Amino acid sequence: MKSHMRMREIVVLRVVSRVLMPYILLFGLYVQFHGDFGPGGGFQAGVIFSAALILYGIIFGLDAVQRVFTPFAVEICMALGLLLYAGTGLVSFSKNMNYLDYDVFGSHGQHYGILLIEGGVGITVASTVLMIFYAFAGRWRVSQ
Amino acid sequence: MPFPTEVFLFLVLIATGFMVARATNLFAAAMLTGVFSLTSACLFTVMDAVDVAFTEAAVGGGFSTVLFLGALALTSRTEKKQPAKLYPFIIVLLTGIALIIGMINLKPYGDQNAPIHSHVTAKIKQKEWAAVKRSTRPESKKSTDTPQDKAVGLPNIVTSILGSYRGYDTLGETGVIFTAGVGVMLLLMGRRREDDGASDSGSTAMPSNRQEPALDEQESNPSGVEPEPSASGEQTGEEPIS
Repeated sequence: MKSHMRMREIVVLRVVSRVLMPYILLFGLYVQFHGDFGPGGGFQAGVIFSAALILYGIIFGLDAVQRVFTPFAVEICMALGLLLYAGTGLVSFSKNMNYLDYDVFGSHGQHYGILLIEGGVGITVASTVLMIFYAFAGRWRVSQ
Repeated sequence: MPFPTEVFLFLVLIATGFMVARATNLFAAAMLTGVFSLTSACLFTVMDAVDVAFTEAAVGGGFSTVLFLGALALTSRTEKKQPAKLYPFIIVLLTGIALIIGMINLKPYGDQNAPIHSHVTAKIKQKEWAAVKRSTRPESKKSTDTPQDKAVGLPNIVTSILGSYRGYDTLGETGVIFTAGVGVMLLLMGRRREDDGASDSGSTAMPSNRQEPALDEQESNPSGVEPEPSASGEQTGEEPIS
């Protein structure tokens, strides 16, 4: 695939994607942690975050992304996010409360609980989307 | 009477839909689906559903377009010429007519008395607004901190509904996304590791030798794999929107 090989040699693409990358990542984090005040939340944040990494992967090749986010780590994170969510629910069992009752975290418990579970959702979504991209892009490269 | 931005965007959507259906160049079709998603993201923004617009722009406009392109790289770029078929057209037409008939009973756009604004949502909204008002004015919080209207108290009601009121649902949705990812991994990545791990992991580690002959990756998936996970992979974008 010539166009794929040449992608990183096009100056405009390379410079623009490098400039945009940190802002997209930062915006993803903003949506993640500001989700209880503005629009957004874990799902949106995870998707935006992984969109930045996928952009990087398209321009600079799969290995450039996988050097930072190794497939093994992404695999672990997929399960870790879900476990964080489910584990947050388990905490309330320690005080004989219902599952996922965030009041166990004190007077501002709802805020902390939602922050935790949104973190779990964000981690799972970001790593799952990234993993699907890895799966597709990896096949693509092997068959060339 | 608002300026018909929505009408304009809907017309763009319809035009894009026709162009996707007519396009024989699959690259153009994939890009046009991205345009379709971005237009609907604009539409969601106009309708004040910014959360959904985020998701639509990132998943529909970005991620699924990338997946389409990835699939195109594995197949051909142009669609084979096919004779026009009447049967699918009739099905599409009937579905469209059924949707329009179903739409007749809906309340007009923006109506406050629509069922979605008058049932549980209204109660939750009232409770949450009261809580937010209390938390922004601390002096009144001390006086009227009655225990019976216990609320989450986040300014973004969508987050508090998704995270707290409907916490189990969101847990399930996260599980669905996780399952979708695992399914895709099983379908696309598992085989390389099991069958011919030595030769293929070598090519994964060294991207430079791209000219090495395509192994037997092109052949179909192993027979034991069920097609279910790819269907749930489709849901990754759809699930939280609903």
